[in-house]
Amino acid sequence: MIYSLCFLLILIGLYGVLTRQNIIKIVISLLVIEYGIHLFLVLQGYRTGGTPPIVDSSIDKQLWLQQSVDPLPQALVLTSIVIGLGVLALMVALSMRIHERYGTFDIGKIKKLKG
Amino acid sequence: MNNLVPLLVAIPLGVGFLIPLAVRWKPQMAELLSNLALFGLVLLSLSLIGNQTIYHMGGWPTPNGIDLRIDDLSTLMLLTINGLALIVGIYSVVAMQPYTSQHRYYSLLMFLVAGTNGVALTGDLFNLYVFMEITAIASYALVAFSGEDESFEASLKYVVLGGLSSSVILIGISLLYAVTGTLNMTHLASRMSEVGETAPVKFALALFFCGFGLKAALVPFHTWLPDAYPAAPAPISALLSGVVSKVIGVYVLARLLFNVFGINDDMLLLMRWMGGITMVAGGLLAVGQWDIKRLFAYSSISQVGLIVLALGFGTTWGVVGALYHLVNHATFKPLLFLCSGQIETAAGTRDLRQMRGLGRRLPITAGTCMVGSLALAGIPPLNGFWSKLIIVVVGIQTDHTAWAVTVVVMSIVALAYQLKVQQRAFYGTADAPMEKQLPVSESPVLISIPMIVLAIGCIALSLLALSGLEHPLLVGPAADVLMRGVWKP
Repeated sequence: MIYSLCFLLILIGLYGVLTRQNIIKIVISLLVIEYGIHLFLVLQGYRTGGTPPIVDSSIDKQLWLQQSVDPLPQALVLTSIVIGLGVLALMVALSMRIHERYGTFDIGKIKKLKG
Repeated sequence: MNNLVPLLVAIPLGVGFLIPLAVRWKPQMAELLSNLALFGLVLLSLSLIGNQTIYHMGGWPTPNGIDLRIDDLSTLMLLTINGLALIVGIYSVVAMQPYTSQHRYYSLLMFLVAGTNGVALTGDLFNLYVFMEITAIASYALVAFSGEDESFEASLKYVVLGGLSSSVILIGISLLYAVTGTLNMTHLASRMSEVGETAPVKFALALFFCGFGLKAALVPFHTWLPDAYPAAPAPISALLSGVVSKVIGVYVLARLLFNVFGINDDMLLLMRWMGGITMVAGGLLAVGQWDIKRLFAYSSISQVGLIVLALGFGTTWGVVGALYHLVNHATFKPLLFLCSGQIETAAGTRDLRQMRGLGRRLPITAGTCMVGSLALAGIPPLNGFWSKLIIVVVGIQTDHTAWAVTVVVMSIVALAYQLKVQQRAFYGTADAPMEKQLPVSESPVLISIPMIVLAIGCIALSLLALSGLEHPLLVGPAADVLMRGVWKP
């Protein structure tokens, strides 16, 4: 159930990318897609009432395996957020430069390229 | 030898960060450091030929840690990437002089190489995604590097579509993790047979086809490419079309399909159709172009289609043809892009209608460009002929005669648009005002050498075919890696 909500978020973002005319709105839609994916990743490691995934010598390994949450997706999401930040910074910088040159954010009016 | 494997990623990454510091000391350090690093990488990849090892990052054993896999296929890719990057690096020394803040260009070039090397080496799905993003971010920035209105527009288009494809690939990766509980490609391959072809696996596969198809610019996902390649500086167009889109698109797709998912007839059918349509559409669109770099960009789309089509035949020899053509394409297409850079500098325009008679002013460019054009069109004895020959014969052998005929027809179309370039750019007599306007200038040595090396490469790579058409040196073992099927732990 909750997984389908993630995909709903992703699809909302996709709709935004495909239909919006404003560059900033397209950038935001891409972020919405990304957040949907992050949520999906984190949910895979989630376990209701789970314990933190920390092992020390006093913990029984078998019991720990049954109780703890999966730490890997959390690490993946952190990495993915950092990558997303890099791409976002680049996209915003490009949008600013385009606004400088063309004086508009409307992709309908930015079309020196064709063919 | 085993311990040297991570250096293939570490050297370019380290040098990339070192360059901004080193230029404070001496501005020439950027060119020097990056070319030295690329030379070292070529030597490293040469030393890896024939090695079959798995390097465990940080000493963690296979299912837990990140693996770097060296086999014949990744060695072939590493040789292609680093060899071409070195040639492009040397060409850049003079070609990038007109641009400001050159050291940033070299840093980005290093990151591009680091990411592409990482993609060729890695044995972990999420790690693959990270390296792919390093490559992608570097190439977005490099496409915008020349700082003209068009290049920002092209780069934005590339960022939005590239970001979308990365997201799609990440959904696929997380779906696979949800189903199998592992990201290690070896472990994933063995878990895949236990899980079977359930709906999430099929969905992930479809997402990979779309995502990597966009990175490789297969029709209908090709729209970013004809804008991005002409907008980038010539050496970057060469590198992007020669290796980057081939490695992060075609290589990864082949690796995942053959070695992780296990190939089946449906996938082969899809690859044949996607590749075939790409080949035809790219070739036909190239004929009508007047912008020389845009023409080469469409021709790039056509050639990547040919490679995917050959993979789709699914026999060992078909894969040999595909990989052989991939390597050949990494010689003649960069050569053509480098020539287009020279033509643009000499003529002051990229429009083929406005240039004439450059052949006498640029004899070396004209000669090497002719070699590249003929190799692309598949004229014997140049390298393009042998790979196309293999692909056509395989097509007939596997009862796909219609596709084989299409390949031959598209080769003739390729000859047509290449001759258009030759005739417009190099032949005829230049108008008097144009002759006076621009001095007769053959390219500087550092620009001529890379072009001559690539032209010799076009001829020399046909020697691979002479070493045995069934099983060429380097390419044959690489094809065997794919055809050995799903990885066993």
